[in-house]
Amino acid sequence: MPPLDVLPLAESSNLLAARNQMAWTLGFHIVFACLGVALPATILTANYLGLKRGDGAAMELARRWSKAMAVTFAVGAVSGTLLSFEFGLLWPEFMDRFGAAFGVAFAIEGIFFFLEAIFLAVYIYGWKRLGGWAHFWSGVPMVVTGIGGAFSVVAANAWMNQPQGFTLDAAGKVVDVEPLKVLFNPATGYEVAHMILAAYMVAGFLVASIYAVGMLKGRRDRVHRLGLLIPLTIACLLTPVQLFVGDIAAREIANDQPAKFAAMECIQETGTHQDEVVGGICTEDGPKWGISIPDLDSFLVGWSVDTEVTGLNDIPADEHPPAKTLLHLSFDTMVGIGSGLFLLALWFAWAWWKRRDIPATPWFLRLVSVSGAAAIVALWCGWIVTEVGRQPWIVNGYMRTSEAVTQADGVWFTFALVMSIYAALTAITIGVLRAMSRRWREAGAEEETGLPYAPRSEPAP
Amino acid sequence: MSLPDAAAVVLWVGVTFYAVFGGADFGGGFWDLVAGNAERGERPRATIQRSLTPVWEANHVWLIFCLVVLWTAFPSAFSAVMTTLYFPLTVAAFGIILRGSGFAFRKSIEGLSGRRAAGATFAISSVLTPFFMGTVVGAIAAGNVPAEGNGDAFSSWLQPLPLLTGAIFVAGGAYLAAVFLVGDARRAGEADMERYFSRRSLAAALVAGALAVIGLFVLDSEAGYVHDRLLSEGLPLVILSLLCGAVAFAVLLRGGRRPLRPLAAGAFVAVIWGWGVAQFPYLLPTSLGIDQAAAPDPTLTIVLIVFAVAAVLVLPSLALLYTLSQRDLLESEH
Repeated sequence: MPPLDVLPLAESSNLLAARNQMAWTLGFHIVFACLGVALPATILTANYLGLKRGDGAAMELARRWSKAMAVTFAVGAVSGTLLSFEFGLLWPEFMDRFGAAFGVAFAIEGIFFFLEAIFLAVYIYGWKRLGGWAHFWSGVPMVVTGIGGAFSVVAANAWMNQPQGFTLDAAGKVVDVEPLKVLFNPATGYEVAHMILAAYMVAGFLVASIYAVGMLKGRRDRVHRLGLLIPLTIACLLTPVQLFVGDIAAREIANDQPAKFAAMECIQETGTHQDEVVGGICTEDGPKWGISIPDLDSFLVGWSVDTEVTGLNDIPADEHPPAKTLLHLSFDTMVGIGSGLFLLALWFAWAWWKRRDIPATPWFLRLVSVSGAAAIVALWCGWIVTEVGRQPWIVNGYMRTSEAVTQADGVWFTFALVMSIYAALTAITIGVLRAMSRRWREAGAEEETGLPYAPRSEPAP
Repeated sequence: MSLPDAAAVVLWVGVTFYAVFGGADFGGGFWDLVAGNAERGERPRATIQRSLTPVWEANHVWLIFCLVVLWTAFPSAFSAVMTTLYFPLTVAAFGIILRGSGFAFRKSIEGLSGRRAAGATFAISSVLTPFFMGTVVGAIAAGNVPAEGNGDAFSSWLQPLPLLTGAIFVAGGAYLAAVFLVGDARRAGEADMERYFSRRSLAAALVAGALAVIGLFVLDSEAGYVHDRLLSEGLPLVILSLLCGAVAFAVLLRGGRRPLRPLAAGAFVAVIWGWGVAQFPYLLPTSLGIDQAAAPDPTLTIVLIVFAVAAVLVLPSLALLYTLSQRDLLESEH
């Protein structure tokens, strides 16, 4: 029976290709999605300051950022469309069996995305001919719809982690749905909050890092100063909230997704007094080469060293998440970057409280200039923990990813194609944004003095 | 009307909006592609750019709307289509990425050669995408998508009807775009561009009309069910479409103004609904009915509620966007 020998290999090969394609296209899209969710509030803050205080530099920033957003939103919209196709092209069995439940969240997302695209167009292209405040208010729906859209999409993902609100028939098909239970599943609260905060941190630190680089090069004019201060303030204010939400999320996962938690913390044996191991690799005998803090893991999960934490030994072997070292290090990297950004926020807050200025040392700007990339890495790590940590399931406890994958040929080919297209897109997007900033800088030199309330550039400290 | 039928109507409304507005945006890319070298094509390309810039992203969302309604309300139909027609659908998906990013980059990229490459990417993918979407629709109508999915990857759409439908999609989009651009050029006071797109509307109307007539014959041999219903239950809509198209043609010939756009869109909409009536009560003629494919009632109810909210919130917002755009309150050169 040769087909039996060949088939599993072909199937597992498709699974690997499909998972890779999904992972990379999501990883690409999510950065642009974050900008779509969080840039509007950043832009409107600058726009508000510009209108309220007649601050020409703030107004100029709002105008520039909205032009950059026109590019990033377009890339985000089309890369998001590819994901919609991929649900069917890569995971047809999943959509067939669970589309009726999973789709509920996406149907709602459709409205938010529609409204965001419409008002984004009005705002971006309305700079010259709409009145100041009318223009400002035309942008406010972007903020609301961005958050609403993020809620719906992340609720759909949360449902994959904590599926509920449906009844299956004997064939495993959804025959009844409770939409509210689908939308508000146990993972919705912490996943949605964690993701929206992450979007604001990514957008804030990323924009601030661009101006930090400029200031390090000696550009200390008011546009650069405000360009750093506005996004950095938003991101730094939200970072402690994010640590708090992330802490809750980890505890919830320990309770409701024990396999994911055991893998990301590399806990092999169920028991109390679990050590928290930072770094290292995950082996079947437990973590190796990491820094171990006695009993801390149990304490963090239940505020007592006597808290019992489930280990992988209590989870059937065929339900173990793969790549436990990757999961463990991704989790640690995310927490590490989050904590680092928190320290950066504290430093910024202290300096601001003391002297109403950013810290004088160039080291502060150097750290800010890498904070954007760091925030994106943390974002990716978080999604690796969520998604790889849910494997081998696509719908936790109900459907394996291997059952969901397409039988079609050529997934490795489309994966290779999508990688080359996205590599080119990434390079061009960055190139286009850099060219924009160069043009603004060249044009800005003479414009600057003409702005109504812009004070003179301050000399570099 | 039963819940599944109502959800199918919602799907079809989304398809109609996407076909008219998304189709016209793709058509703009077609005229961009055939506008000639950089010098000759500069002014028509500028008119196309101005007209598309503020609205194409909003128009594009109708596609997402259709996909989401299809997989939520009719998951097994979505899966059957995706597992059978994955080749044209993958090309269309890549085309969407290249079309959108090419268009967005074209005005921001540095240097003439970069701009030209971005423009060519936008224009070529604007033709390929609707063509392959058309092959999908044609393959469904021809009954080449089995209800259980995983139909033949190539022979399902490499047939006369799907390929012809692809051509009709391209020609139809080009026709609508040219008609819309006539109005945009007129508003901008560019009489030569008005004539330019007027001539092209007439040509595209003739091509699209000829393809549609050939389509009826091919339909007869490849998609009997759809053909028969199109010429019985769907006949009033077919006649309406012909009438709208003929009057629009006469208006164009006389160089008239109104009501050119409603007539051209009307010809389009009537034929889309004629098609819908012809396929009824099947999503995949004749193997998967609307009722068989439908999700449980609570899901369909959510889809209808979402549609009602969209009608209250999204349609007026879209109207606002179009009004601002048509009154030149939105600049295309940001």
